[in-house]
Amino acid sequence: MFLPALSFGSVVALSPQHRILHPSSFLLLRCYNLRAMVQASPAPQRIEPLSGDDLLDIYTTMSLVRALDQRVWMLNRQGKAAIVASCQGHEAAQLGSVWALRRHTDAFFSFTYYRDMGVCIAQGLTPREIMLGFLAKAGEPISHARQFPLHGASVERGFMNLSNVVGTHVPHAVGWALAAKMRAEPTVVAAYFGDGATSQGDVHESMNFAAVHKLPVVFICENNRYAISVPQHKQMAIERISDRAAGYGMPGATVDGTDVSASHDAVAEAAIRARDGNGPTLVELEVERYLPHTSDDDDSTYRPREEVEAGARRDPLAKLRELLFQHGLLTEVQDTAIQATAQREVDDATDDGEEAPYPDPGDVLDGVYAD
Amino acid sequence: MAVQTVIEAVRDAIREEMERDESVFILGEDVGLRGGVFLATQGLADRFGDERVIDTPLAESSIAGVAIGAAMAGMRPIAEVQFADFIWPTMNQIVGEAARARYGTYGNVYVPMVVRSPYGGHVRGGLFHSQSVEAYFAHTPGLKVAVPATPYDAKGMLKAAVRDDDPVIFLEHKRTYRSVRGEVPEGDYVVPIGQADVKREGKHATVVTYGLTLHYALQAAESLSEMGAEVEVVDLRSVRPIDADAILTSVRKTGRLLVLHEDNQTGGIGAEVSAIVSERGFGYLDAPIIRCAGPDVPSMPFAPTLEAAFMPTPDKITAALRKLLNY
Repeated sequence: MFLPALSFGSVVALSPQHRILHPSSFLLLRCYNLRAMVQASPAPQRIEPLSGDDLLDIYTTMSLVRALDQRVWMLNRQGKAAIVASCQGHEAAQLGSVWALRRHTDAFFSFTYYRDMGVCIAQGLTPREIMLGFLAKAGEPISHARQFPLHGASVERGFMNLSNVVGTHVPHAVGWALAAKMRAEPTVVAAYFGDGATSQGDVHESMNFAAVHKLPVVFICENNRYAISVPQHKQMAIERISDRAAGYGMPGATVDGTDVSASHDAVAEAAIRARDGNGPTLVELEVERYLPHTSDDDDSTYRPREEVEAGARRDPLAKLRELLFQHGLLTEVQDTAIQATAQREVDDATDDGEEAPYPDPGDVLDGVYAD
Repeated sequence: MAVQTVIEAVRDAIREEMERDESVFILGEDVGLRGGVFLATQGLADRFGDERVIDTPLAESSIAGVAIGAAMAGMRPIAEVQFADFIWPTMNQIVGEAARARYGTYGNVYVPMVVRSPYGGHVRGGLFHSQSVEAYFAHTPGLKVAVPATPYDAKGMLKAAVRDDDPVIFLEHKRTYRSVRGEVPEGDYVVPIGQADVKREGKHATVVTYGLTLHYALQAAESLSEMGAEVEVVDLRSVRPIDADAILTSVRKTGRLLVLHEDNQTGGIGAEVSAIVSERGFGYLDAPIIRCAGPDVPSMPFAPTLEAAFMPTPDKITAALRKLLNY
């Protein structure tokens, strides 16, 4: 159903940079923050497969995400970053989905979870800003370093990760979509969560509500088969999380989440459905978590090494690099330059982060209420 | 001025706010054609349509969670939880999420949401239709908690709650819905959240209370007045923020304080009021503070004798005031 398709025939002239809605559109948007939806080029009627240029763009972004992820893990081991939840193994799902939303909707907003650094970068959070979060420094823009890294909100960049509590953001995504529908806004809402979250009542209630009201939501489950230490077979009696979609009266799909095009196409189909007023979809992206749950976790107590090593062999970055080489879209020289650029960005971000001061302790009382 | 019941005042406030602002909408169980089990939303589905008066699935957590998401997107939802006893599934969303949204995003998003819920007992509601829940929410920074007791306050405070840019838990005592009548002015007005109101002037003792027990305190004050004791009755109206100045002003005048609520005594609002006076008004006191509150049993029992034994009735309040006045 969702065959990964590669189209190198025509290079679509789409900028991966998202744009803010034109100011004239503000007249149509009465609300302070819906005006700031991330917007893409006019959305196609059918799935527009990723072009070679898109794949190269994604590879470049993914290289940056990987370099940054490795750096913050290292900073944790150096005692400088208090907590890290790595996105390694999830990058193709995260970037493929953002590219799909950007290319197939007129506007979208993402409700992310703690492992979604790839989504955050794809939606415009910079390595420097992310580093300020991991080091809990002043100037961190999405929570003012009040929250764990990657938590907070950036309405202008079109994403929010309010909570550390698993699954609580999914009803917010549905509420955001309800608001969009009530205002006849074109916004499609993406709700990202892991397999663990699907056991939460909030996730069930959210899917049910969204289906009843045919809301423009794409439920994106990054299934790495572990809720910290609890494997999927102890979380649920089914093989495919997307099978649950039928119980809510919405379509479901399961694809290889380590494959960028497969992830992109599945989310694109769901995004088109949402955009066109045909309701929500549950997209399950099968990914790998070959590092522990977080920097505070030791997975050697509960995961066989062979399984972890097998997971690492599905590395999305290595797979994409191989694909690009196979199709002559990337040379060793180009790759070296891409990696060097990524390292330089991460080095600069690290320097900036380490030099930045901590927040002023006097800020602790700020911003509890509007007044 | 028209004389209305509390439920009529609540309904008018919602309708007027929905007429004033298209971003205001209602969601909850049975709020549509049924008009809510207490008829707080009666006629609103006809007036505004089912897109703005949303009958939800029977799932309280998502009622709150969906309202939070819509509020963060700039809408002004009024979520109804049918009975406060059913509010526990929403605690994660309200306390964990809504209350922290502004603080946890440094104001990048906030939650202009109202959660309305009928609370309280002395209505033969038994353990699961009688509970007072205000102290749980009042403990949480980031929330506001309103507990109006009169039609005037209910209407004005509900309008203030809808216009507030932070989440407001709006608790309506269900026994007051049809038993309490009062004058409500024509036209638009608001009663600010966080301001107490002296409902009866006095000089010998102060009762600080809210909700149904306000009316019981006024009955007790009336009976004591016939015996020459003038009791001042302060209606908190909000329990977060709490109007410390109003409490201290009254205690300074009377020197004696009874804190009164139907909610369980331990960790209740009365404890906070007592602490405020101990810290900031100790020198005003001529007698130890007395608390008159629901006993520390989990909720109000069903049998009429047991319910009356739980409830701070006018007789019990009068007895507590006598003790205070005779100290």
